[in-house]
Amino acid sequence: MATENQFLNPRLWVAAHADYLYGYTLSRLNDEEQAKDLVQETFLAALQKIDKFEGKSSERTWLTAILKNKIIDVYRKKSSGLKPADLKQAEDEQHDFFEEDNGHWSRAYQPQPFGIEDHDPLAGKEFNSILQKCMQKLPALWMAVFTMKHLDDATTDIICSELKVTQANFWVIIHRAKLNLRACLQKNWV
Amino acid sequence: MSTLKHIIYNCRQATLLIEKRQFKKLSFREFVELRIHLVGCSVCTLYNKQSKVIHQMVQQLFHDSMKAEGVHLDEGFKKELQYLIDEELNKN
Repeated sequence: MATENQFLNPRLWVAAHADYLYGYTLSRLNDEEQAKDLVQETFLAALQKIDKFEGKSSERTWLTAILKNKIIDVYRKKSSGLKPADLKQAEDEQHDFFEEDNGHWSRAYQPQPFGIEDHDPLAGKEFNSILQKCMQKLPALWMAVFTMKHLDDATTDIICSELKVTQANFWVIIHRAKLNLRACLQKNWV
Repeated sequence: MSTLKHIIYNCRQATLLIEKRQFKKLSFREFVELRIHLVGCSVCTLYNKQSKVIHQMVQQLFHDSMKAEGVHLDEGFKKELQYLIDEELNKN
């Protein structure tokens, strides 16, 4: 296997990378049509800048980097315009989980044990589908922040600047997203 | 002292720190505050436990979907892609 000098083989891209790139996109966007579009756009964009490929990374890494930027664009589009409403909603919901005056758990939202505490997280297939459904209920901006942080371990600075979120709001969003996920899981996991 | 008292009894703040800790190192002060809160708060201790499991599950979910077994583009779409690429290459 050549590791030092990497070459591009565009005619083999579909066979070698299309499924991978599609899976990569689906795990981040969960929209099949959009994922297909992005894979196609990635190949076409890559063809346009073939001469800029320096051979420092593998073909797949290079294609993935192009795709990643396209996914971030989608996040940005989805979340811009939604943002004031999202944050308003975040603030409103805060009152649901905690008492306004002292920050105690409100009675209705106090976590209860529901069987995942000592559960092997690698075991539950059914759990994953509930988890996915709960994640889909998150507002677009939260989902974007949450996904970027979890998937790519992107630094907080990058996420904040990409999505135009302040540092303080970043942690509020992560916190909100998780509170909602946990509540949704408790509700749906029997 | 009053801020310390504030966090010790504040579950909203404690759960925020629990989430933050999963991604970055807390400051010494935050770390101590959280520890003290958790000693006295069984609800947040449960939350902490569940939150960590959910964190792992989310990681696992994303990781699994990356392996992309069972995720395949349909052959028709792949043919279209191949055609587009070939067209583009033949232009040059």
